[in-house]
Formats: sequence, C-alpha cells, structure tokens
Amino acid sequence: MQFGIFSVGDVTPDPTTGRTPTERERIKAMVAIALKAEEVGLDVFATGEHHNPPFVPSSPTTMLGYIAARTERLILSTSTTLITTNDPVKIAEDFAMLQHLADGRTDLMMGRGNTGPVYPWFGKDIRQGINLAIENYALLHRLWREDVVDWEGKFRTPLQGFTSTPRPLDGVPPFVWHGSIRSPEIAEQAAYYGDGFFHNNIFWPADHTKRMIELYRNRYAHYGHGTPEQAIVGLGGQVFMRKNSQDAVREFRPYFDVAPVYGHGPSLEEFTRQTPLTVGSPQQVIEKTLSFREYAGDYQRQLFLMDHAGLPLKTVLEQLDLLGEEVVPVLREEFAKDRPANVPDAPTHGSLLAGAKDKEGARA
Amino acid sequence: MRLVVVSAGLSVPSSTRLLGDRLAAATAAHTPADVQVVEVRDLAVEIAHNFTNGFPGRALADAFDAVTAADGLIVVTPVFSASYSGLFKSFFDTLSVSDPEALAGKPVLIAATGGTARHSLVLDHALRPLFSYLKAVVVPTGVYAASEDWGAEGLDGRVERAAGELAALTAGLSAARPRPTRDSFEEVTPFEERLAALRPTG
Repeated sequence: MQFGIFSVGDVTPDPTTGRTPTERERIKAMVAIALKAEEVGLDVFATGEHHNPPFVPSSPTTMLGYIAARTERLILSTSTTLITTNDPVKIAEDFAMLQHLADGRTDLMMGRGNTGPVYPWFGKDIRQGINLAIENYALLHRLWREDVVDWEGKFRTPLQGFTSTPRPLDGVPPFVWHGSIRSPEIAEQAAYYGDGFFHNNIFWPADHTKRMIELYRNRYAHYGHGTPEQAIVGLGGQVFMRKNSQDAVREFRPYFDVAPVYGHGPSLEEFTRQTPLTVGSPQQVIEKTLSFREYAGDYQRQLFLMDHAGLPLKTVLEQLDLLGEEVVPVLREEFAKDRPANVPDAPTHGSLLAGAKDKEGARA
Repeated sequence: MRLVVVSAGLSVPSSTRLLGDRLAAATAAHTPADVQVVEVRDLAVEIAHNFTNGFPGRALADAFDAVTAADGLIVVTPVFSASYSGLFKSFFDTLSVSDPEALAGKPVLIAATGGTARHSLVLDHALRPLFSYLKAVVVPTGVYAASEDWGAEGLDGRVERAAGELAALTAGLSAARPRPTRDSFEEVTPFEERLAALRPTG
C-alpha cells in the first residue's frame, strides 16, 4: 500500500499571526514538504492544479519535474489534473516528459475542477464538465497508446497524423487515477478503463464515499478488469497530530475555524464526527485511518492533506515527522494484515512495465 | 398517501405550523394520508452547515428524503420583508442542490402567514414562481392567513378548497408521476453510451 500527501497549494494567512506567505514562499514550502515526504519514508507527493488566487500551483509538471530532480524514490502525482480545461494533447506531452525525467516515478489524477470562471477563462463551458472529462480523457488515452492519432471530437480541433512526443517511457503510459467526490459518472469512467479511482474523503460523510467506491468496484468487475476487490482505490484524509491529543485540538482549532471551504461552519468536534478529519494523537490517527478499510475495502493508496489553512511550514514538517515515524509504519503493518493475496498494489511504472513484458512474452 | 408539511414558523407555538396542520388535516379528510411535519426551525443549523460544507447533516438528509418521497407537499412560510423567510428558501435551496428533481411533478400546496392581509400576494409573487421553477405542480388555491383571519370568517373555506385541490391532484398525478428519486448509484449510464453521444455524426 502507498502512503503520501496531497497539497491544494493555497496561500492562506496564518490566522494565529495574520501573516500571509508570499507566492514564492508558498511554492518553496510545497517543495520542502515534498522533499520531507521522501525523507520520512512516504511514497507519494501530489499537487493540486488551480488557475486562480489564492492558489499557486498552476503549472504542476514544472513543480514535479523540479522535485523529481531532488528526490530518489518519491512518486510524483497530481490532485488533480484538470482534464476539462487543459488540452489533452498538452497533458499527454507534459506528463510523458515528466515520466522520462523522473524515471517513471509519476502518475496523475484526473479531476474536473469546481471553480466556475476557470472554464470560460480557458474557453470551456462548465455545463459540459462531464462531457469534457469523457472526451478529453478518451483522446489522452489514445495519445499515449497509439503512435499516430487521427481524431475528431466536439471540444477541440481535429488531429490528423498527430504523434504526441515524447512517447511514454518504455511504451508504458503513466498510471491514471480519476478523482471525484460525488459524480458517479467519473467512477464509471475509471471502471471502464480499469484505471484507479480516488475519493478525496475529506468533506463528505463515510456512507457517501462508500457508495462511490462500491459503484466503482462493481463496474470495474463489470468491465472485466478483475474482481471488485481488485479494483484500484485511493482515499484522501486529513489529520493534525500532537503527542497529546488535547494539544492537537488546541493548536489546530484556530486554523480549522477559519479554514477555506469548511471554516465558519460546523465545529471541529462536529466535523471530526461526521467526516474523516482526525485531530488528535498519532494513535487516534492510526485508528481512524484503519477504519477507512471498513467502508472502502482493502485499498491501494492513502494520501493525507497536511499543509493548508495557513499552517506554517515548520508545523507541517513536524506533522510529516510524526506521520512518517509514528503513523505510517504502523499503518503499513496493520493494513497488510488479513489483506487477501489477490488484492494488487497500486500500479507503478515498474509493475506496469513487467505486466506489459509478460503480455508480450505470452504472445511470442 | 404520504403527505409532508414543510413549516418554516419560528415561534412555538407558531401560527405557520397551525396553518400547516389545518391544511394537512383537511387534505387527509379527502384522502387517507400519513402526515409528516418538517419543522425547518429544527434544521436551521444543519441548513447553514449544508451551505458551508456541501453535504446535509443527518436530520436534514432525513427531511430531504421525506419531502422527496412525498406524494403531496404542503409548504408554509411566515412572510418576512414581503417574501418567504430566508430559512424557508434556504431549505429548498439546499434540497434542490442535493437533488434538482426532488419536487419535479409533485403537487405542492403553498401557504403563508403574516401580520397583515396586505402581504397576501406573496403567495403568487414569491412562492408560486419558486415552486414553478422547482418543477412542482402548484395547487391553484394558495392559502394566506393574516393574524385577523384567525378570528374571522373565510379561512375555513379557503383551507377546504385548497385541501380538496391538493387531494385531487395527488390522486391524479401519483400514477403519472415518475419515481421521484432516481438513484444515480444504481442506474449507471454505461460508459459506451456516453462516449457514443460525443462522437461526431456524419
């Protein structure tokens, strides 16, 4: 099982000091956080993609390429790559380039984006969000698998005799996750292609997440990729830890109370009861995270949101120390227990390459 | 039939609730009905949280389920600033975000209470367009009760007429109306169909 972190990349004032980091500080902080993730033994760093303030990561492959050069093992991913407003041709090129530079340590997660004006800024219509995700991904899928593509669709100029370069590393496209909080159509899309499905699992109650994942698992089997238990599931999560749980609550509450998205809403206590957010000791985080398996089944990737709401870099790095030293080693051990042997790990470049070679061998 | 009253009165006891109860009793006298009352006041905090969080709390989700499954709906609001109350509107805003088709084809009896009869057109200028937008079938007679109506003649007659219309519409529409909840988790559009719909034609 893979463990990692995902960042939204928000520039938010620290509510305890009133200080807002500069964009440069925030960008460098994201890099420092990614390097720390590798240092403490995490597997994945994923960055969001946004095209409006107060967010900095508009250019994910630039950032991930830089991180790739400074890391050895970390898998570089996104949370999410906007399949609606980006040109699928450019996604194919950018991530194939990243894949070569990172020696295969890259995958990506497709998402639609929920910021209304971003669509018209990129010449798109938000009411076509699902259709854009379907058509653009269908093209991206072909661009990575066919050397020469002739293509015509509703949302982009046609292609005649187009070759996306560089070709995917070793002829193996990056693994793709599809992220969605509440659109069954996207779970269906992930299942159709046999791709991974990721639920951010942050804002919504568990019973909703459970239904999305069940749908994906059943449809994954329907399309013949394996049993429902073999589908590739990723989950988000959100934690704040201190050795002593009262200290965690005291320190995190001012950030929670005014956090973008859910601030000024329910209390910290109500939100931790209703959603996967855990604020407490490492042991509490371990227990809560292990409980995800009760509604998601045995899954492949767990990403935590650690650096948002104006938390200072120093605090985030301390959180990552706790996550890497006290939480993840226990989670690895516990999740491995009773895990059926036929439940696969998350695909990596190495496993996909080996799989492709096996197939070739079988044909020969 | 399942009859649900959505009452947005704030005081206890409330004349808004009283009007809702009278309309429900009069409707049930025409057609046997299981009556359930949704007091929006009890859901005020969850409604506010739904706006900030994006998902309904348990009690609010239960109220949405009840309203969506109802064969007929009676909605009653106090008049605030020449319109329905903000809380009343917020209930239906969050309902329609959760399921835009929740009220489609559903018979809805609109009613309002106020301190003075001068606001009685709130039924036709505010409530009726709202429920038309939500694709409900709005009962022709709406019922407005000003404070003075509780001690005057005429309210009984209007309650009776509106209740009769709601009962008749409910009986007539329940056969024709599609199942109100389409469960998108159980009725998946196969992906090939979605791809095919995007293929260029000709």
